[in-house]
Amino acid sequence: MRHSTRITVGPVRFRIGSDWRAPIAALETLYADYPGDPVRPADATVRLFAARPWRRWLRPSVHIGGDFIVPDALPLPLSMGLLAAEMGMNLQVALGWRRHLLLHASAAARDGRSVLMSGISGSGKSTLAALLGESGWRLMGDEFTMIDPGSGDALAFPRAVSLKNEAIGEMAARVDAARLGPLLSGTPKGDIQHLIPRPEAVAAMHEPARPALLLFPRFGDAAAIERIGEGEAFVRLTEASTNYTALGEAGFGALTRLVRTVPAFGISYPDSAAGLALVEELWAEAVS
Amino acid sequence: MADPTFRAAPAEALRVEPLGEVTAIFDRRSTQTHLVVSPLPEILAAMGGEACNASLLAMRLAARFDLPDGAETRAVLSERLRELAALGLVEPA
Repeated sequence: MRHSTRITVGPVRFRIGSDWRAPIAALETLYADYPGDPVRPADATVRLFAARPWRRWLRPSVHIGGDFIVPDALPLPLSMGLLAAEMGMNLQVALGWRRHLLLHASAAARDGRSVLMSGISGSGKSTLAALLGESGWRLMGDEFTMIDPGSGDALAFPRAVSLKNEAIGEMAARVDAARLGPLLSGTPKGDIQHLIPRPEAVAAMHEPARPALLLFPRFGDAAAIERIGEGEAFVRLTEASTNYTALGEAGFGALTRLVRTVPAFGISYPDSAAGLALVEELWAEAVS
Repeated sequence: MADPTFRAAPAEALRVEPLGEVTAIFDRRSTQTHLVVSPLPEILAAMGGEACNASLLAMRLAARFDLPDGAETRAVLSERLRELAALGLVEPA
């Protein structure tokens, strides 16, 4: 790879290589304050490469590769190289990580305890986590949260927050413009802009936080809270985990402990303010 | 009616974790997770390490639960045993 960089996000040390300078430069801006750790070996390798040698110059399109590949992933135009890098990082973690139970969930921490929010794309888990991260909480991650099978603790994976569509304007109104990456318009997921987590969240990314509350948010409906039983939470989280099966009994043990010890709720909310209020209300009950 | 005999998976092969109304069972041999509801966990527990048919199970379970005696109970238990066999949690003895 002609261009490369190293970025550590939570427990994962990435090495990212690219045929082009631009995606690496964009990553180095977004992740300027993250540790690089050039000495220890990388846990995951992401490669952004040209489809054919001449495609590096002529209508360049980015293929995503690395330790794991998805054969039918569409190449992206070079203008979306940053998105390709993010997708590559997600892919390597989702398919390759074995040390912890990986949940497709956002998370935020306060006073050493954490709230985990699991939901499909569009549930608002990412926006809620980003908003909590600007409201006195430590953002632990907007996409993945890891559970340590030994301790049961949640570990942060605070990559740059991937803001989508309406969430972009909502967050842009609250944060310094210097914390926003370039606007990527017309991606397969609509408009995307990255938000650099607050420096405190990056500095504390190796601090585990014991889970205290598990939420399954759903954006769009009237505000409502529904208690979720242990069994249903277990099923939902096995579906939200990319490596539950690969972890075998360690994953089983981590997940049964999590759903037994942490209260779980489904929440519906019509807007971010209502969503945040529900999180605060349930949090107050959970930690009292 | 035939009343085939089954033997439960050895205790050390299974990790059984009740989670409210469902029970999660991890089978260490296949590394599969099974989610089952009552009465399957109770049947497995009642079988212990011995070969069991529906008639014997009905007697054991009647000692602990309020079960109607008779052919219907045995037929239901026989069906549940076949389901457990399909999951690999019991096998023909």
